[in-house]
Amino acid sequence: MTLLMPTPEPAIMSQRGELIARLGAILPSESLIVDEVSRRAYECDAFTMYRALPLVVALPGNVEQVRAIMALAAEMNVKVVPRGAGTSLSGGSMPLEDGILLGMSKFNRILEIDYENRCARVQPGVQNLAISKAVEAQGFYYAPDPSSQIACSIGGNVAENAGGVHCLKYGLTTNNILGLEVVLMGGDLIRLGGKHLDSEGYDLIGLMTGSEGLLGVVTEVVVRLLQKPPVARGLLLGFASVTAGARCVGAIIARGVIPAGLEMMDRATIHAVERFQPCGYPLDAEALVIVELDGTPAEVDHLVSVVQDIAREEGATTIRASTSEAERLQFWAGRKNAFPAVSCIAPDYLCMDGTIPRARLPEALAGMERLAKEQGLSVANVFHAGDGNLHPLILYDASKEGDVERAEKLGFDILRLCVSLGGVLTGEHGVGVEKRDLMGEMFSDVDLEQQMRLKCAFDPAGRLNPGKVFPTLHRCAEFGMMHVAGGKMPFPDLPRF
Amino acid sequence: MMQAALATLEIRDESDAVDAICAANAKGVSCAIVGGGSKSQLGRCAPQTQALSTPALAGVTLYEPNELVLSARAGTRLSEIEALLENNGQQLAFEPMDYGPLLGAEAGYATIGGVIAANASGPRRIKAGAARDHLLGFRCVTGRGEQVKSGGRVMKNVTGYDLSKLVCGSYGTLALLTELTLKVLPKSETECTLLAIGADEAESLALLRRATATPCEPSSLAMLPAGVALALDADAAAIRLEGPTISVTARRDDLVARLSGGGVRFETLDERDSTTLWRGLRDAAPIAAQVGQVWRISVAPTEGFAVVERIRRAGVPLLAHFYDWAGGLIWLCVETTSDAYAAVVRAAVDVSGGHATLIRASQETRTIVDVFHPQPAALAALTRRVKESFDPAHILERGRMRAEF
Repeated sequence: MTLLMPTPEPAIMSQRGELIARLGAILPSESLIVDEVSRRAYECDAFTMYRALPLVVALPGNVEQVRAIMALAAEMNVKVVPRGAGTSLSGGSMPLEDGILLGMSKFNRILEIDYENRCARVQPGVQNLAISKAVEAQGFYYAPDPSSQIACSIGGNVAENAGGVHCLKYGLTTNNILGLEVVLMGGDLIRLGGKHLDSEGYDLIGLMTGSEGLLGVVTEVVVRLLQKPPVARGLLLGFASVTAGARCVGAIIARGVIPAGLEMMDRATIHAVERFQPCGYPLDAEALVIVELDGTPAEVDHLVSVVQDIAREEGATTIRASTSEAERLQFWAGRKNAFPAVSCIAPDYLCMDGTIPRARLPEALAGMERLAKEQGLSVANVFHAGDGNLHPLILYDASKEGDVERAEKLGFDILRLCVSLGGVLTGEHGVGVEKRDLMGEMFSDVDLEQQMRLKCAFDPAGRLNPGKVFPTLHRCAEFGMMHVAGGKMPFPDLPRF
Repeated sequence: MMQAALATLEIRDESDAVDAICAANAKGVSCAIVGGGSKSQLGRCAPQTQALSTPALAGVTLYEPNELVLSARAGTRLSEIEALLENNGQQLAFEPMDYGPLLGAEAGYATIGGVIAANASGPRRIKAGAARDHLLGFRCVTGRGEQVKSGGRVMKNVTGYDLSKLVCGSYGTLALLTELTLKVLPKSETECTLLAIGADEAESLALLRRATATPCEPSSLAMLPAGVALALDADAAAIRLEGPTISVTARRDDLVARLSGGGVRFETLDERDSTTLWRGLRDAAPIAAQVGQVWRISVAPTEGFAVVERIRRAGVPLLAHFYDWAGGLIWLCVETTSDAYAAVVRAAVDVSGGHATLIRASQETRTIVDVFHPQPAALAALTRRVKESFDPAHILERGRMRAEF
């Protein structure tokens, strides 16, 4: 399968020399990466299937530099691709050959920790986990914990609306930020929110979060800090079928319990994990459910017994409750190792990210098995069971003729299946380039046009991260959104993929 | 109330909305969107040419308690949804405020569409999130007359822009919402409220902030100056605890131990009294009965007291006030004057950041004073472009949020 990106514009390519010279007037030389070998380091993010060599890499160190770069890009009509830590699984920060790659890694400072207002003001390049580390001594943490949290940056988390295993109870990035500072294409700086809740006016913080770098460049984030619960306990529940496991998950929630974490994995994953690094998972189970309950000691003990009762009623074949912090962490160790473990049972895997209404899980699994068989491939499954977010890992061998295409085809088929069951294409990894061409499965042309009009409201020339999220590029003028100066279109040759 | 003479079109389904909005675009006339009318006096006073009435666009279309999801057409009464959830031991955790009584209308008329359009959230917002955190997806007809959907019915979804956030708090200026899908949550087994009585206003607020830094998980924190609620003759801090009985009791005892000292005495309100108190605070009851203009101010919790002090010291005659959200939300009733002391109030807020919304004032005042906090130029320009991406001809709720659209 080939991914069609916007054709590099000759007008931009031919201005590379001038662009570099003018960027050199904005940035110190060590913040500008020009030579090909060094640029190669930026040719992809964690979605490695597709790569492109950026025109130039700019690493600004302060807001004034970002503003100057965005003003220059608008003036010279050059594209810009923002990048955080480069951990996107959907190609959100994949470079463009005719675009500036704007790396935000130098924005790596925690500017202020305000315990009394339970928030922290941080620069976008700060690692997700570094925030929790900085406040843990005072008993606080930052809730969203994507599995890439040791590497991913908070700016990237905002761009992708990152989730994690605790989002059933504590929400995604969008539910945990209070303020943003954003530089728009052209260099305007806007401040949204702050340390207070619910800024009136349109919720542009909500819109920016999950906008995949298409609307603006985040230069500062105010995150909410939560008090760490005094106790957390884990439960490990084994089931004779995935359906039984899914039923138990539904029963826990039906009983009014919202666990801090509620994860499930299938037999293939359990075995892969046990082979990778044994952590005591039951090998006879077809499905394993991990439940985490947190709160005050009395509450947690009470809830653990409630969940144990439910598991018994639902016919669990294994029921273990952690009695120490070490044991709780051991329950999680296998889950946290699931991806590397799976990479040991197959040369390559492709991680998908659909979400379905939880009750449709048995149908989704049966459907996936059928689709995998059609392609002659197999799938290992890890789920954020509480919120219906599936991570089917498609196992393939890139060295085998046609396997990459089959894996991609299967991935697309699985996402179509998710949509047909009332679900969505992506729960937390983003659309990026990976799922861009599937957007029509979920949205009508009119739906997508409205989203693209919003893009035009932020970026009328379509210069910020184009080619991502939307399966077609339009001129904003087509939507009646752009004033065409003197009848001259800035980009006469926009492609449609 | 004074807009009764408005020509009204009844919207029964999406195609009615498309027809009405397309016709309005053709004629260039502006439209109010009216559900139960509980918020018709909220926002800038900007008379519209016609009203699009949504109560016939009603009914719960999906409710799966085990999936924690409910969909309803926009004109569905909030009270109907809350009763349905109550029967299943569930709730809208953001605790939507009923603006009716504060704005001189009856209670109980709010529709779910209006709740979302105003992002109406109550005291539990500080822990559970706002309306915007519970809207999973929606259908609407935009100001261009186009049927658009966004989001879905699942909890985790990052497919495309999160327009759900954008329509929350948009006061009908972007689109006529037709159907909303909400995350619903289990109701707590029980609740109680711990009252800490006897510290002064600033100390009580500091005590609330101390409570937020404990692991006791308070779900609401209000500061009630003497006389505004509960017939208390001294200032009080009120802290709501919710959860299983065993946990609520333990956390209350823990909280008393952590907050003791400084001459405060503690009282506990049981479940019934606690529910009544927070329902009243949700609807701003302590100041609703006062005759005066009402401001709703959102600032960082540590700044609440300073903002009120600045306003007081500037000579603004305060009739009553109280704080919610651990001091971050101020409900303020001032003696009626032509400009509602807008310049003073906003200057007091701007020192440290936040916003002040003029919730209750006469139509004359809401014509000459910005109801919503003024925005810096770049943000105002962007806001207008966002508006026009949905409604280029300013058909929907023209002038309700900003004079320029």
